[in-house]
Amino acid sequence: MHDVSLIVNGVPREARVPARRLLSDFLRHDLGLTGTHVGCEHGVCGACTVLLDGQPVRSCLTFAVSVAGHEVTTVEGLAKDGELSAVQRGFAECHGLQCGFCTPGFLTTATAFLRDHPAPSDDDVIEAVSGNLCRCTGYQNIVKSVHRAAELLAEEGS
Amino acid sequence: MTTKLFGEPVRRREDARLVAGNGRYLDDLGANALAVAFVRSPHAHALITGIDVDDAIDVEGLVAIYTWEDLPAGVREPLPLLIPHPALTHGRTAYCLAKDVVRHVGEPIVMVVATDRYIAEDVCERIQVSYEFLKPVVGLETAVSGPNLVHEDVPGNIGAHMIQEVAAKDGRATRDVIAAAPHTLEFRLDIERSACMPMEGKGVYARWDADDRSLRVYSSTQTSTSVRMAIAAKLGLPLPKVEVIAPDVGGGFGVKIVHPWPEEILVPWAAILLNREVKWSEDRREHFISSAHERAQVQHVKVGFDDEGHVLGLDVEILHDHGAYTPYGIIVPIITSTQLLGPYKIGSYRVEFFSVYTNTVQVTPYRGAGRPQGVFCMERTMDKIAQYLGKDRTLVRAANFIQPDEFPYDQQMIFQDGRPLIYDSGDYPESLRKLKDLIGWDEFPLMQSKAAEEGRKLGIGVGCYVEGTGVGPYEGGHVQVTSDGRVHVSTGLTSQGQGHETVFAQIAATELGVPIEKVSVVTGDTRRFGYAVGTFASRAAVMSGNAIALACRKVKEKALRIAADALEADPADLEITDGMVHVVGAPSASIPLATVAVLSNPLRYAFDEEAKRATQFATSGSMDKPPVAEGQEPGLEGKDYYSPVRSTFASGMHAAIVETDPDTAEIKILRYAVVHDCGKMINPMLVEGQIHGGVAQGVGGALYEKMVYDEHGQLLNASFMDFLMPYVTEIPFIETDHLETPSPLNPLGIKGAGEAGVIPVSAVIAGAIEDAEKIVIDRMPISPSDLYALRDSSRTSGAVSRLRNTQ
Repeated sequence: MHDVSLIVNGVPREARVPARRLLSDFLRHDLGLTGTHVGCEHGVCGACTVLLDGQPVRSCLTFAVSVAGHEVTTVEGLAKDGELSAVQRGFAECHGLQCGFCTPGFLTTATAFLRDHPAPSDDDVIEAVSGNLCRCTGYQNIVKSVHRAAELLAEEGS
Repeated sequence: MTTKLFGEPVRRREDARLVAGNGRYLDDLGANALAVAFVRSPHAHALITGIDVDDAIDVEGLVAIYTWEDLPAGVREPLPLLIPHPALTHGRTAYCLAKDVVRHVGEPIVMVVATDRYIAEDVCERIQVSYEFLKPVVGLETAVSGPNLVHEDVPGNIGAHMIQEVAAKDGRATRDVIAAAPHTLEFRLDIERSACMPMEGKGVYARWDADDRSLRVYSSTQTSTSVRMAIAAKLGLPLPKVEVIAPDVGGGFGVKIVHPWPEEILVPWAAILLNREVKWSEDRREHFISSAHERAQVQHVKVGFDDEGHVLGLDVEILHDHGAYTPYGIIVPIITSTQLLGPYKIGSYRVEFFSVYTNTVQVTPYRGAGRPQGVFCMERTMDKIAQYLGKDRTLVRAANFIQPDEFPYDQQMIFQDGRPLIYDSGDYPESLRKLKDLIGWDEFPLMQSKAAEEGRKLGIGVGCYVEGTGVGPYEGGHVQVTSDGRVHVSTGLTSQGQGHETVFAQIAATELGVPIEKVSVVTGDTRRFGYAVGTFASRAAVMSGNAIALACRKVKEKALRIAADALEADPADLEITDGMVHVVGAPSASIPLATVAVLSNPLRYAFDEEAKRATQFATSGSMDKPPVAEGQEPGLEGKDYYSPVRSTFASGMHAAIVETDPDTAEIKILRYAVVHDCGKMINPMLVEGQIHGGVAQGVGGALYEKMVYDEHGQLLNASFMDFLMPYVTEIPFIETDHLETPSPLNPLGIKGAGEAGVIPVSAVIAGAIEDAEKIVIDRMPISPSDLYALRDSSRTSGAVSRLRNTQ
């Protein structure tokens, strides 16, 4: 068993877990942050994407012990002071989700993408979310949502 | 603030919690529950000769190991055959845990309960099951022709055989009509297996209250009421002591309508036995090998037609692969057989299917539920007729359309709900006109020839379908207005992402005249509504939407009656706007609906200021009448059911332009257009979302997704790495247009929309590729490698494949 201490959504957290505990299970079951979802358990669907020191990673392919001392942001950490983030609002405004199971992975991925590409083209957006599977929406409204989020971010910045 | 919300693109009320990570899916519940894992068969067909747990029992954290031998009466019987049918003469279902024989890779044999899933899987690895191998049966044509049997008491592996025939108007049999037709064609079509693949797998979580002797079960299901009845029956519990809740469900697409899954019985059983909370969350491999697939069929088609392309006779023989078991009966091939007719008047029609056992995962409905196969058959037929006659493909279709003045149109068959296949309304010529405008059908030949000059291969395809939606028997709705002015709506069917919390709130707000913010909706929770059928067959909006509207109308009638007393007005002169009951044209003579709710419930005890109005010394009713009038009930609430005489028929038409790479045979969809008619739309934004998602699944089925079984019955691509579901990069921009032909069958005039998008896609893409390549496409899905091979074979055969004229 190993003690794992890290910062999750800005809060210091720790838990004692076996070496084989996946980060996805660690977040969901040891820390109770069930917003991160697991769709395929082998890094293909992207539903479990979290931000590790700001970069998107597949939490189902990451051991919890390997992120000790790092910062992790999950979907629960995207809203600030109870206000949904621009990316979250973009998805809600543009009907960018249906069942919502894959959504946390798209939100975290888009959050990192828009931070680095504030004014993306259509192709940029498609490239950015091309590693995430959604079975409900057909993606059209997801692409629209990311563009809308970019607009909302620009409004916030101005 | 408006209360006319029906028909508006209202934003979803579900989304605030889902985007914040506050959804509650099955595996998000039961943090302290014991975890379940299963030992599943690695073999497609074998006798179980022994189960050795000696190496497993010392694993720390193990709680229990169960095999079939451990199961009590009720749990040890085969699972129910949900939809019996006279033609299903050899229906067979699985056991919760395999008894003696396994018939597909993935069948559960041993259940392990442990302190967490990691440990449960450790235990599974240490359990040794020994087998005596039997010959696996894989592939439809092998199954019907070969000597090996999936079930030793099912000869020829044929579970069901059914013929429906609609003779010609002059009484001639279809085959005679075809034999005498001016032109005939004969061909074979082939559709492979795919599967629903919701992003969230199945899952069950059970809590037993030993003091209260009551059971609460959460299941990622499309039917919580029916799961509840199955659990009560199998475990011998009184129904009122069992409650089942579908929490947020991460997609269904059909697979979660099947019930009870073995786990839905085993997990509650173990929870009671152990007196501990128990949970099972399906992993992705389990979902591939132990849930359900769909689509696989081989069709043999003969068609007779005249010079104009009118179909005089159509004779279709279908081999349908239903896998190892038939828990959902033969609904899928019945739907294929009936919905194959689409928007057309077919002179005479004979359809015969054999539903066949194979040693593969069972087949149950996947979005579209047999329609994509039927539409593939009919639309390929239309294309072949057009090519044979040298006619435009849309003209041949138009020649066969049912006309707007011919509704109701009786196809003279029996539909999947056991009722006549009578189309209620539609306007197919107008749909086609809109579609041709949208895609630029008439301009395409110019585009195609210009592209050809640049060495590019473009093709266009079209497909039409009719979809029976809103099948019965019924759904119900309950609406309660409480004294705080809130409106609580519940219905028994479940939600898997359709946005029911939003559309049902739109209906209730519109019917009652209250702000939508006051309305809350609960679905799929048997604590709130006990009678329901489930969410499948594009039925939720039609069934529960109408039931909720009817319940609201009851509530409104009562509210107006009570308000009329208070306002000393005639109920006929009252209306409700923004939550205020008022005299029409005199807004000042008004009373809040919240106050009406207070007055509706004569009280002895006041619990707040509002409630004082209804207490016994505050009211001024007649001393000669009881406080609750005869035939009335206290409270401002109402319940009603909607039970349709038969299904309502939505329709649509799709067209696509594809480009095929001359060298690599890569297939790219350049444009995709949809015209859709689901009657009156409750929320056009959500209807469009359903279409987008359906088309995306259709594109997956047309170009990428298939279940690859080897001859041993091993599923070779049971992972998201190898089963190719489309990402954003594979899905074209989908252009949409709508028709709203109201259904005359229900109060709201609506038709279902959930499955529509997926239905014609394979037919459309096949037609477009055929147009680009001038090679016959009779098998879907088609990969670049498949197309490359087809090009090769058509070259070596010395000519472009030609449609065969059997005349």
